[in-house]
Parts: sequence; C-alpha cells; structure tokens
Amino acid sequence: MQIRLKIWRQENRAKQGRLVDYDLPNVEPDMSFLEMLDMLNERLVRQRERPVEFDHDCREGICGQCGVMINGRAHGPLPNTTTCQLHMRTFKDGDTIYVEPFRAAAFPIKRDLKVDRSAFDRIVQAGGYTSASTGGAPEANSIPIRHDVAEAAFDAAACIGCGACVATCKNSSAALFTSAKITHLALLPQGQIETRRRVRQMVLQTDKEGFGHCSNTEACQVECPQQISVLYIARMNWEYNRAVFY
Amino acid sequence: MITLDAKIPDGPLEQKWIGYRSTAKLVSPANRKQLQVVVVGTGLAGSSVAASLGEMGYQVTCFCFQDSARRAHSVAAQGGVNACKNYKNDGDTVFRMFYDTIKGGDFRSREANVYRLAECSANLIDQAVAQGVPFAREYSGYLSNRSFGGVQVSRTFYARGQTGQQLLLGAYQALMRQVAAGTVTLFPRHEMLDLVTIEGKARGIIVRNMDNGAVERHGGHAVVLASGGFGKIYYLSTLAMGCNASAIWRAHKRGALFANPSWTQIHPTCLPQSGDYQSKLTLMSESLRNDGRIWVPKNRDEHRAPNNIPESDRDYYLERRYPAFGNLSPRDISSRAAKERIDAGYGVGALKNAVYLDFSRAIAEQGKQRIEEKYGNLFSMYQKITGVDAYEEPMRISPAAHFSMGGLWVDYELMTTIPGLYALGEANFADHGANRLGANSLLQACVDGYFIAPATIPNYLANEIKSGPVSVDHPAFAETEEAALRQLQQLLGIQGTAPSDHFHKALGTILYDKCGLSRSRAGLEEAITQIRSLRDRFYADLLIPGGPDLNSELEKAGRIADYLELGELMCYDALTREESCGAHFREEHQTPDGEAVRNDRDFAFTSAWEWTGIGQEPALHREPLHFDYVTPTVRSYK
Repeated sequence: MQIRLKIWRQENRAKQGRLVDYDLPNVEPDMSFLEMLDMLNERLVRQRERPVEFDHDCREGICGQCGVMINGRAHGPLPNTTTCQLHMRTFKDGDTIYVEPFRAAAFPIKRDLKVDRSAFDRIVQAGGYTSASTGGAPEANSIPIRHDVAEAAFDAAACIGCGACVATCKNSSAALFTSAKITHLALLPQGQIETRRRVRQMVLQTDKEGFGHCSNTEACQVECPQQISVLYIARMNWEYNRAVFY
Repeated sequence: MITLDAKIPDGPLEQKWIGYRSTAKLVSPANRKQLQVVVVGTGLAGSSVAASLGEMGYQVTCFCFQDSARRAHSVAAQGGVNACKNYKNDGDTVFRMFYDTIKGGDFRSREANVYRLAECSANLIDQAVAQGVPFAREYSGYLSNRSFGGVQVSRTFYARGQTGQQLLLGAYQALMRQVAAGTVTLFPRHEMLDLVTIEGKARGIIVRNMDNGAVERHGGHAVVLASGGFGKIYYLSTLAMGCNASAIWRAHKRGALFANPSWTQIHPTCLPQSGDYQSKLTLMSESLRNDGRIWVPKNRDEHRAPNNIPESDRDYYLERRYPAFGNLSPRDISSRAAKERIDAGYGVGALKNAVYLDFSRAIAEQGKQRIEEKYGNLFSMYQKITGVDAYEEPMRISPAAHFSMGGLWVDYELMTTIPGLYALGEANFADHGANRLGANSLLQACVDGYFIAPATIPNYLANEIKSGPVSVDHPAFAETEEAALRQLQQLLGIQGTAPSDHFHKALGTILYDKCGLSRSRAGLEEAITQIRSLRDRFYADLLIPGGPDLNSELEKAGRIADYLELGELMCYDALTREESCGAHFREEHQTPDGEAVRNDRDFAFTSAWEWTGIGQEPALHREPLHFDYVTPTVRSYK
C-alpha cells in the first residue's frame, strides 16, 4: 500500500507545531498502525532525522499508553479500538492519513504526539481508592456480592485510562473517566463507606485540572476501547447530588 | 569471595515464615519517617511494596518509565491468580499448592520460598477484594474459581480475561492513596540508570527524567528493584515494548548476582510473526487449548487450505506424542513440540512458522454459540489482528518468549547479594524454578510486594536508623552519576548508520535460534561469538539522531546495550547447565523419543552469576537445592 501521512510535529510545548508530510510506499496491510509508524521512524533515523515521538507500550490494547487522533478520530476510524489494535488493512491504498496528538488543555503536549495525562493520576489520588491498608483485610467471602453487581463493577473498572474520551469530547470533558472509577467503587460494599467523600473530591479535582463539563453528546463511549457506558456519568451525577444535598 | 547464604529460617516448613516474622527486627513508628526506601517499578510488586511501606510510615520514592504507574506490564496478564482457599472443597491445601508449584518448576526452586508463596496466597485474595478488585463471582455472591495449567484443583481467581489489569489497578489505587497522603513520592517517566553503593550497601539510584533528559540522584536506606522480566530481549515477545533488564542488569554490574538467566518461558499459544516489520507477538490465552486441537499437515509440501486437508493428512502431534495430556500438555512441552514440527518443515502459514489450533470439532460438538461464550473476546482479538475468522478456519499460533524465571539472586528475605538491595516479582529468580505454572506470576509479584518485603525490609532498616539521612552529595553519587552521563554521551556520540532496533532484532534472532526452546553446546558457543561481534557493531555503528532530551531512540539504545551483555550471560548459563529441566532443553540431554533428561545428581542447584567485566567469562556460584519435604520425580505427560 502507498500511504501519505500528515503528522503533527512539535518540538516542545513552547514551540509552534505543524503538520509534516511523509510518503510511505511499502505499507503492508497486516501491519498495525504503530508498526507503520515504526517503519517511518526507522527511515527517519537512517536519514539522521528525529523520529516521530509517540506513546505506546503493551501493544495489545490494555495498558492505555498509546493514543493519537487519526483523521480526526481518537484511536482512528474503528469504534472501541486502541491505536495499537488498528491495522493498516482498515485503510485503502493511496489514502492520506492525518495523525495528531490528543488535544485538551488538561493534556499538555510534550513532543510530537506525546501528551501529559498525569491529570488522570491526580484525579485518582483525590479519592479513587478504598482505604484498605495492607494486612487488615477480612476473609474474602465474608461479604457476598451479587453476580450482576460484581459484573457491573467490572464493566466500570475496565477503563484503561487512555484519555480517548477526553480527546474526542468537544468540551474535553473527563466525565467518563472519573465516573467510571466512582461507579466501580460505589457499586461494591467495600467502596461504600467512602463514596460521598470520594465523589466530591474526584469531581472537584477533575474541575481543577481544567477538563470541561459534560454536555451529554455521548461521543466518548463511541471511542472508548473498553466500551465504558455513559450511564456511569449519570451515576456520578446522582452520587454527587446525594453527597452534596443529603 | 561471595558466599551464598539463602538465610532459610530453621524449623519445620510450615513454621519458617511465622518464625521469621516473630523474630525479625522492627522499626518503631516514630523512626519510620526518617527512613527512605527507593522503589523502582510500579507493576504489581512495585506498587504493592511502595504502598505497603508508605502505609507503615516509611518515606518512599517510587519510579517508573511509563507515563503513569497504572501502565506497568502486570496490566496485561489475562488468566488469573492462584490461591489455595479451597472454596471448591476439592482438597486444596497449602502443601498441595506448594507441591504443584515445585513440581511444575521441575524441582529447581527452594522449598521454603515456594511454601511461603502458597501460604500467603489466601490472604492476597482477601486484600484484593478489600481494595475493590471485581473478581468473578457465582450467582450466590461468593467468589468463583477455575482450573488452570493442568493442576487437579480449581484454585484460580479471575476477573474475566483482565485479571492482571484489575489486580494492578487495586495496587495502583493503594499507591495513589499514599501519594495523596504524602508518604510516597512518585516519579513517572523516570528510568533507572545506575545503582549507588556506599561502603558496600545500596544507598540510592541515578535516574533519567525521560521527558527532559535531566539526570537526577535519589538516596535511600534501601533500594527495591521491582522492574519486571526481560523476555523482550528476544525482541519478538509477548512483553510490552518498554520492558527491559536495565535496572537489574546495572545492579548486577554493581555486584548483585544474577540467577538462572537463561530460563525463559516460551508460551505456546501466541500469534505468529507475519513479517519483518512486526514488533510484538500477542498472547492468546492458554485456555483456548481446552477446546482447540493442535495439528500440522502430514506432508511437508502441503498447499491446500486447512479446511481442505482431510483428517488422514493431519498430524495431531500433541495427541500423538502425549496421549494422557494431549492438547493440554504443559507450556514447555507444548512449545517444544511445536518447534520440532516447524523445524522439520511442517509449519503452516506464509512463513511456515506456525501450527493450527483448530476449533472445528468443538464447534461441531458444542455449537458455535457455546464456543463464542467461552472465547468470544479471544476470537474477536484474533480477527482484529489477523483479519481471519477463527470460527471458519483454524487459528495459526506459534511459541513466543513470555516470562523470565531467572532474575537477580535473592535470599529468603528477597535481598540480593548487595546489602540493602532487594529484588521483587519477576525481577528476582524466586519461586518458579525452571518453569512457571499459569496464574502464579501475578501471585508471586503480589505476595512479594504486599506481604514479604514489608516484613523483611524493616529487619534491615532497623540497623540503619543510626546511619542518619542519606546525602546525595556523597562522592559515590557524583561518581555514579558521572559514569551514567558518560554512557549516554557515548551512545549519542557513535553516530553510525543503524537504529537501535536493528541490533535488537539481530540479537533476538540469535537468541531464539540458539538460546530459545532448544539449546546445544555448539549453538551456544556460536551464539556467544555472534553476540560479541554484534555488540562490537552496536558500539561502532549505532545511530541516535537528536540529543539527550526527550528522545525515545536514546532510551531504546540504553536498554539494548544492556541486552547485548545479558544475552551473552544467558548463553553461558545455558552452556554450563548440562541437563534438560523445565524451559531449559539441551539437545544433548534427551531420551531417544525426545523427552527432557534432568540430572539431579549434578545440577540440583541454582546458578548465580557474578559479573567480571565486559567480554569476560562470568563467574559461576552455586546454591545447592535441598529437598526435605518432596522427592524429585520425573515429569511425565505421556
């Protein structure tokens, strides 16, 4: 396949960035999108040019480290797929592909396609845990949890923290990310006691980080690689109101 | 002269750990905040030990190369975590779990350590549930179990196919809680460059901030390496791209012995290589072998599509060679049998490097819907990556490097041969012997981090209270930092013609070929020569564009420089072990029908290697293994 890439290059946060054209003549359809970028980078290095910096690690869709905008969509044209799980057979011979970083005020750019998502860590630090210190845990089966409740908690806990929800949202809202953690822990008896404090602190921190508000476009759940449901945003709002007003 | 003292406590097997904990030295709560501990790595072992020590009141600094602690590669483990809760009332006990693990490791691990692993397993499930880990549950609301890896009891706890992710998020959240509490300071995107020792004790590390290139000093009264495994040395592996040996390798060069480096688990059910651009061999859960049948064509020059090959022309080689276990034979056996067929020219696919995993009989017997319920996510993952519908034609799979049984040598306290330096999880050589059982890796990482190190590190720190704060102005920090900076400048200054991946791929090819599933004296000797000359070419021809700031080519080059030394050590390790055990198969030591021959008389020991300098033959130290509670037997799956 012949592919033309238009890739966002930016030396650092302070410098002006721009789209740069690269033509790749020998792309294999079975290559993953990131392997296609590897191929480009190998060529750039051999030409003594700086390769395109992009984030990636596990390359099996679970670590949440990869993620770029591809033709304007977070993680590319397939719904619910990480960038590393996207393959070139999804594109056509001769295609032009725009590759840009995830854009959000709360995700400042580092270099090229790498952005700083540490805001997510600080949101979890604000209360995304149960205060169960090592050593004091009771016997695991002493609190039965209904099968469907455990499954629902898993659905929310499956978030990989990639930030696609923020990148695709016109408001750069982190509501899906924050609500998934709040819902995961609110559903389980182990997380109940701290629920009210947790939801207040996490929502407060999300605002502090500069993420926008949710206006219910539901764009996030289309891109979420773990298919996290927007219903959790409703759950978060309900928990928040309960915590604030009652 | 190094003496290897494993410091196994006296007393009967089941009294050793409680005996140790009852007599280990303690640090009073008031003194803990004066003691600093450095933790490298935020996977299950690193996050859990950092959080646990922070909760106890120590001052912890914690480092990871990923952009968030939650992304460490523990996140990718699929299957489950073992624990002997005996919830199924199927006769599971601590001793049975201990026996399964030590036998699975082909009798090449320490009895006391393995027993402790089994003993602590039940409490780990309690801990994880308290953190909110959503394990699978029965309709009764109680926890569910499944069987795994050929044992006869159901002791595996799981959270769908994402058990590693859920356990890691539990540990990560505990870590985040301590960061908020101010007991742990976290440094993501920081990579360890070297270990600082003062008067023989570990006193800190030199790290590089990968976002701006700054090289920094961090001191501590103890240093914990929980940096994971190094299967990525084979380039193509199931590991993440960033997985590396650099932290443990640089500690090794500062004096920590390295144990059993050549014992790498090659996992049988991974996606095969489809081209030389490939970066990763994705693991397909071993559970597929419960219903899939593995075969290759009987004819070498078979050109028909798999569905057009009649039964009479198919060789179900696992069922043929191991009728008792068939397609469920253990990982080491299954991987080797696949390699044997592929090497003999019966491989399938465009590169003839795979075997078929066929579900047609299971689909005919159970219906497509039932297979979809069991493995739907795996079939769709397979289709996403290969574009092939495995309901319609067999999957193509092949073995890939997966787990490092070897690692830094540690004693019963998980301390390396450098006082104050600990190694946890996959970074140590630990409990798996020569072959790891499925669902034991998550367990070991967690048990090391939550339960063992928080009990053993204070036993060392108790004597460090009087030594006062560690000053990073000590000349040892300056010298080590200077050496690290020199190495970065050296790599940047080569300015040859080839990117670092070029050397990594070449090293991977040598190791797969000569120090992989099967090894021979001639092959290993040749590999050592080849690796040395590859290393020379690396230092003559490496090309890194750009400077010491944010530069992923520089990061990769540093890791590959270490791999090029570790690879040589792996070959020495495999060369000196004149037997076949677990993942280590020496062609000279096999039965006439191709089965492994272990040699307990001469090789019932752990090989612990001492660094002697680049290009020098390393020095071998032996830790004898004693079996007082089990009798080593021949593992037979016929």
